[in-house]
Amino acid sequence: MLDIVAKKYWFFGLSMLIIIPGLIFLIAFGLPLGLDFRGGSLLDLKFESGTAPTAEEMRSVYLAQGFKDTVIQTSGKDGLIIRSEKMEDTKKVELTAAIESQFGKVTVNRYENVDPAIGAEVVRQAGLAVAAAAILILVYIWFAFRGVPNAHRYGISAIIAMLHDVLVIVGIEAMLGKFLGWEADALFLTALLTVIGFSVHDTIVVFDRIRENAIVYRRLPYATMVNHSIVQTLDRSINTQLTVMITLLSLVLLGGTTTQHFVIILLVGIFSGTYSSIFNAASILVVWENKEWQTWFKRKAQEPAA
Amino acid sequence: MKKYLPLAVSLSVVILAIYLNLPTVPWFFGVDVRTKLGLDLKGGVQALLEADLPATSTVTSDQMVGATKIIENRINGLGVSEAQVVRAGDRRIVVEIPDVADPDKALATIRTTALLEFVDLGALSVQEAQLLEGQTIRTDFGLTGVITGTDIVTPSMRTWHTILTGKDLTSAAAQAKTAGGYDVAITFSNEGATAFATYTGANVGKVLAIVLDKKVISAPTISTKIDGGKGVITGNYTLESANEFAVQLNSGSLPVPLKVVNSNVVGATLGEDSLNKSLLAGAIGLAMVVLFMGLYYRLPGVVADLALVCYALISLAIFRVMGVTLTLPGIAGFILSIGMAVDANVLIFERLKEELRGGRSLNVAIDMAWSKAWPSIRDSNISTLLTCLVLYIFGSTFGATLVKGFSITLALGVITSLFTAIFVTRSFLHVVLDNVKASENPSWFNA
Repeated sequence: MLDIVAKKYWFFGLSMLIIIPGLIFLIAFGLPLGLDFRGGSLLDLKFESGTAPTAEEMRSVYLAQGFKDTVIQTSGKDGLIIRSEKMEDTKKVELTAAIESQFGKVTVNRYENVDPAIGAEVVRQAGLAVAAAAILILVYIWFAFRGVPNAHRYGISAIIAMLHDVLVIVGIEAMLGKFLGWEADALFLTALLTVIGFSVHDTIVVFDRIRENAIVYRRLPYATMVNHSIVQTLDRSINTQLTVMITLLSLVLLGGTTTQHFVIILLVGIFSGTYSSIFNAASILVVWENKEWQTWFKRKAQEPAA
Repeated sequence: MKKYLPLAVSLSVVILAIYLNLPTVPWFFGVDVRTKLGLDLKGGVQALLEADLPATSTVTSDQMVGATKIIENRINGLGVSEAQVVRAGDRRIVVEIPDVADPDKALATIRTTALLEFVDLGALSVQEAQLLEGQTIRTDFGLTGVITGTDIVTPSMRTWHTILTGKDLTSAAAQAKTAGGYDVAITFSNEGATAFATYTGANVGKVLAIVLDKKVISAPTISTKIDGGKGVITGNYTLESANEFAVQLNSGSLPVPLKVVNSNVVGATLGEDSLNKSLLAGAIGLAMVVLFMGLYYRLPGVVADLALVCYALISLAIFRVMGVTLTLPGIAGFILSIGMAVDANVLIFERLKEELRGGRSLNVAIDMAWSKAWPSIRDSNISTLLTCLVLYIFGSTFGATLVKGFSITLALGVITSLFTAIFVTRSFLHVVLDNVKASENPSWFNA
């Protein structure tokens, strides 16, 4: 039979291979925050003339209105997305008037304005939201597995697997932020929290099997029983992931640009969530059960022969 | 016949759902069931307002409720329908106006506090007071705690005392000046009139500031005690601007000054484009899942597909009846919940295959599969619901409607999916199995 538990350190290693570069990016370049968190203003304009002015032309209009740091992206042939510091709504009226007088009529596709103070508060509350979700889930799993010995281990292992997914997403977002200029916004946070829910959802299915098998296969060694449970739920884990990925993929390919970033992060997170449920979560239980960390730093000779 | 009862219930629910989804059915028992689209889908303005007072001062719930009502009145004055004004947290209000022709004007209307104040300028001379005209000053209205109004040096930095506010007015109207142009005539309420008379009586010869939204609009000298509760705000108004000002004063000034902290405008075309794309993506996603389930799980898969379609119909009907506003992330949440609905079925079918391999008869295997799969379905979905709860609370505090919309549709989707997986799929499967012998057609079950 497929022995996933025996190769667990390989799988842990694979996770680290994604997480560590992500963390390096995160520490080196930080997580580029979007308007929702950082504050500022965004103007998404469509030019009726059919051709958008160049970024330089637009920048000088902003500069004339007193906005120094502008980030300008093109969107299609006739559109520009301009980010700048927060502006008063009255200022926006002046600004669009100035733009129209120079480049002809424009349509405002989107205009967002976020106070930096609110942004900072959202960041704080977001941290709280993630922590609250983690604690609620931990308590619930502890409760749901109360009949199993060491119920708290299941909760904590699920949370570790969940943190794994959070790190994967945040790391990848940091990399994409560096290379593609993506910014973490409120939707990123939503994706993150959804992945937390999904990751735990997935882990629980595996743990549920362990909960059941712990009674049925009482005589089997713990590691064997856990591996058995993983393999039994493998079809389901993969099929469920496939169906969710199918729906998300169709959203990435066909959905509007507004949600594309959001859906891609969801896709990465859900893949990671299934990976960590299959290859990490239950293996952590085994590491804990065998107290394997006692042998981590000892000589190879003391490891049991394979 | 008892075993056909679940089927009958399932079918009735589905038929009701189909009926509710008909675009021609806008009302159901007095409930408006027209699909509500969020601002990101049909365009509009969203603004987050916050009480513009120091964080240390308290804002009462009554003040916020009052402010919410007044803003609602003002927006209704714009002639838009379906605008929403909702409190968010202790000191914030979220305003959402769909389909608005002139977003800038809407924002301006919301933003105006129309807080009229009559401010005591203390011992300031006429010349000094004149310098303040057009300037923004600080007043103690709405502030709590110790007011240090007397010891600050420059007039513009000082915190001045407010004698009366717009609340003490009963009416305001434009009034033509003899020299051309317009003034705004105001009438005080009884208490306002008394307070104003007392104040003016005690301060003849001093200067008074008339302040709108903290900006001094005029600084007249008090020539005599003003009895009778009538006054005039002089200024260089045209008929139009005088009327506009009078309307603002009449619709009431806000009990707390508010500032726009976030504003968000989505053009209608962008919204429409996103909606069409997302709906198409959702339909294709659903079709692919249906195909996959049928190919992989064969007959039970097809049954699950039927249940899935029922699921989509029921969810959409629930959104309509509950008045859930569909946003882009909301649609994403719904599509994600389709995946989760499939999961419940997958869990059951995998169990079913195991039970069948274990040699149980089909009808027994079905019941076993359901009861064994239930704990994992329950626990996994509860954890998703817990996350939805956290998201909902988070979204409500900041008027992050998109986050809120996502959590609502995902949560409703999860609950509906439990119903369809447990009830609909199962009753369908039992009926199918009464007519198809698994032992004769094992390949139909991929067992």
